[in-house]
Amino acid sequence: MESTRSLSFPDKVRERVFAHLTSPEDRSSVSLVCKSWYDAERLSRTRVSIRNCYSVSPEILVRRFPNIRGVSLKGKPRFSDFNLVPSDWGADVHAWLVAFADRCPLLEELSLKRMAVSDESLEFLAFSFPNFKVLSLLSCDGFTTDGLEAIATFCKNLTELDIQENGVEDRSGSWLSCFPERFTSLEVLNFSNLTSEVDFDALERLVSRCKSLKVLKVNRSVSLEQLQKLLVLAPQLVELGTGSFSLEFSAHQFAELESAFNNCKNIQSLSGLLDATVRYLPAIYPACANLTFLNLSYAAMQSDELDNLLMHCPHLQRLWVLDTVGDKGLEAVGSNCPLLEELRVFPADPFDEEIIQGVTEEGFLAVSFGCPRLHYVLYFCQQMTNAAVATIVQNCPDFTHFRLCIMNPGQPDYLTNEPMDEAFGAVVKTCTKLQRLSVSGLLTDLAFEYIGKHAKNLEVLSVAFAGSSDWGMQCVLEGCPKLSKLEIRDCPFGDAALLSGLEKYESMRSLWMSACNVTVDGCRLLATKMPRLNVEVIKDDESDDSQADKVYVYRTVAGPRRDSPPSVLAL
Amino acid sequence: MMSIPLEHDYIGLAEASSSIERASDKLSSSSSSSTLCTEQNNSSSSSSNNNNNNKKACLDFKETELRLGLPGSKSPERKPTNGVSLFGKDIETSSKGYTLTPLKNIVSGAKRGFSDAIDGSSGTWGLSMNGKSEADLGKGPVLYSPRGGLDEKNKIIKEASVLPQSPKAVQEKKKNQLTASNEPTSASPAAKAQVVGWPPIRSFRKNTMASNLAKNNEEDAEGKPGSGCIYVKVSMDGAPYLRKVDLKTCSNYMELSSALEKMFSCFTIGQCGSNGLPGRDGLSESCLKDLLHGSEYVLTYEDKDGDWMLVGDVPWDMFTESCRRLRIMKGSEAIGLAPRAMEKCKNRN
Repeated sequence: MESTRSLSFPDKVRERVFAHLTSPEDRSSVSLVCKSWYDAERLSRTRVSIRNCYSVSPEILVRRFPNIRGVSLKGKPRFSDFNLVPSDWGADVHAWLVAFADRCPLLEELSLKRMAVSDESLEFLAFSFPNFKVLSLLSCDGFTTDGLEAIATFCKNLTELDIQENGVEDRSGSWLSCFPERFTSLEVLNFSNLTSEVDFDALERLVSRCKSLKVLKVNRSVSLEQLQKLLVLAPQLVELGTGSFSLEFSAHQFAELESAFNNCKNIQSLSGLLDATVRYLPAIYPACANLTFLNLSYAAMQSDELDNLLMHCPHLQRLWVLDTVGDKGLEAVGSNCPLLEELRVFPADPFDEEIIQGVTEEGFLAVSFGCPRLHYVLYFCQQMTNAAVATIVQNCPDFTHFRLCIMNPGQPDYLTNEPMDEAFGAVVKTCTKLQRLSVSGLLTDLAFEYIGKHAKNLEVLSVAFAGSSDWGMQCVLEGCPKLSKLEIRDCPFGDAALLSGLEKYESMRSLWMSACNVTVDGCRLLATKMPRLNVEVIKDDESDDSQADKVYVYRTVAGPRRDSPPSVLAL
Repeated sequence: MMSIPLEHDYIGLAEASSSIERASDKLSSSSSSSTLCTEQNNSSSSSSNNNNNNKKACLDFKETELRLGLPGSKSPERKPTNGVSLFGKDIETSSKGYTLTPLKNIVSGAKRGFSDAIDGSSGTWGLSMNGKSEADLGKGPVLYSPRGGLDEKNKIIKEASVLPQSPKAVQEKKKNQLTASNEPTSASPAAKAQVVGWPPIRSFRKNTMASNLAKNNEEDAEGKPGSGCIYVKVSMDGAPYLRKVDLKTCSNYMELSSALEKMFSCFTIGQCGSNGLPGRDGLSESCLKDLLHGSEYVLTYEDKDGDWMLVGDVPWDMFTESCRRLRIMKGSEAIGLAPRAMEKCKNRN
């Protein structure tokens, strides 16, 4: 046994070494070695990512990591995006800001996802952190453009303002005019989420003086003509989000636009293109040579338009489209984009009973034949077959994210009328690297047997309108060694299924079950047996008291929530 | 020809369905003119299955409480009136106090009728509207109506109707495959809108797309240059839901008329007397065109200014530029719209 006279390694040096560790997993491992390593790690940690804001309290966090500069926080369960979570559920960021202001005033970056953010919080943020640089709000709600005014006015060192897909009350575009005239540090500006018209002169001046601007995503109120002016001022842009892409243009104006795009040699990502019309789309062709990400998911394109566009994008790696392009459009994807890695196909009109359109298994197949590198797919379709999926994963065995949404719940293979079990069986058997899976269609317990047995790397599983009995869920909980998030809605899983995961939940981030057969008593039992889990039941008004309409289970070191609204029952 | 399983059940409408069945038992077997759907009538297939459907589809006009309230059926013209069939031929109200509501007739039987229409059609159905769409829908799946979660029995309720199929070729090809399978399938319009949070699309996207669509429809209707298509809604008095037609796929009024005819022909009701006896035979054979030219209906459109105009007065291009939506209007309501319409009504009387 080595005596304690062994070299005592200076803490400071250790900290400096650890400062170079970037991966959270590495840091986690390092912190477990011994007390001094734990301390060195925590003092040198600058970035922390909290995937469930209730898994730890702000106080615990700032005590452990006093030197953090960047924090990312995720709040509500993902199904809140689809209106399944009451709006007052929680995940308010304010307590976090207070804790940071107290202990970590040098905070520079904040990325929030599905958090409740108020204008007061934004103002507090603007005043409390003099070095604040990066603000990213994704799928948050509770604030208005007034809050953004505070940010623009007082964050003198701001480099990034990224407002995406939030429930923001858009009172006016005047926030943009609040950036002081001396302010030049902006590198990322994304306000495509907002609808109010901004003062274009202010925007123009802002773009003109922020020479480091790399990402600019404007909103619909910015016209094509205005866009052209911005492009002339910022040819260095790497990511561009256009506003409305339609206008009555003269040939001369079109030429000017085209020329502006031609000068943007660095564009790798293009989005927006709202109301893009065939006529003007060719203006962007010159900028497409280096394009790796193209987001057409707000542009209702037809197949031939897409084909023409994609011919100019040989290096495309990620593509988001609407299903208006149809299977034929997807064939064009398969032919033109051999380097494609990610494809997302969104439904243009999922609730329109009058028009039946969209994509089918044919489109997906076509892409899989042409794009062997495909590993991320999100596909909303009207119909699918087991055979097609089997072929698709044979063509593309490297899927890491496979999210298939057959839009009619519980729909079987339309050719054979069988459940879609074999499709997802093929996915999990063939795609050994699969991390995220969303299933749909008619599924029996067999699908879940396959998943439990074969999906060794699966971390996130989303299930809706599927399964035949508790056994299905049990298979998943007893298999899938790396399962971290399980979200289930409208499935026939009950208490037995819920309780079969007793051992599992502490190694998982969270479990969501809604409109299943779970009872409050079952949840209570779970809560009793597993004190380090928070078990929350959200009641729907009209339902009977014994049913647990929505259940959210997550591990935590912070104990039960103290801020639950009345609709949430913490057990 | 697809066979349709008999054991259909609309969730929540079990009583109604069964009442139909009970009533249909009372019907006489000669139901050829009591079909709801001309296509069905015309189709050569006369499987007993078909006849059964005919019977079922032939509404007994008993009050069925079939307020399906299909999301698509927002036509304001839809008011329950006594004794009026879809195409304006009066049907006597029975002494039993049946309330004849064309809507109900259509609604309860239409799903099958409609599906049979597509079934029996030559596959050109929907070509006019899907002219630009590359969506190859092939056969259409069996669709299940979710009702906010499966009940304890895990029952999946089937609804039978068929997705309109666009390309003819595809239909031919897949028809063969389909004969092997036993399911007719279709979109149940009602099901789609009813499940909270499904399909899983973020509100932001939903809202943006909604406003995109509204904007496009507006602009397309004005013939925005460079736009790929001009979809306008078409409503028909008495039909339970609307359709959309792409004006760009027609180059003149004749083509438009025939496109509409195809779209709405299945709503041609055969006459059934209120006591279930077959009525006048002629109507079940007639098609929209005849009706439009002949008597009851006029084709009107709403222009950019919001005025309702008679279709056909202005040059085609001008029409496509200004047309915002179409309405196949009952002649009686068209009085005052245009002299021609008035004349038609007079002639009838």
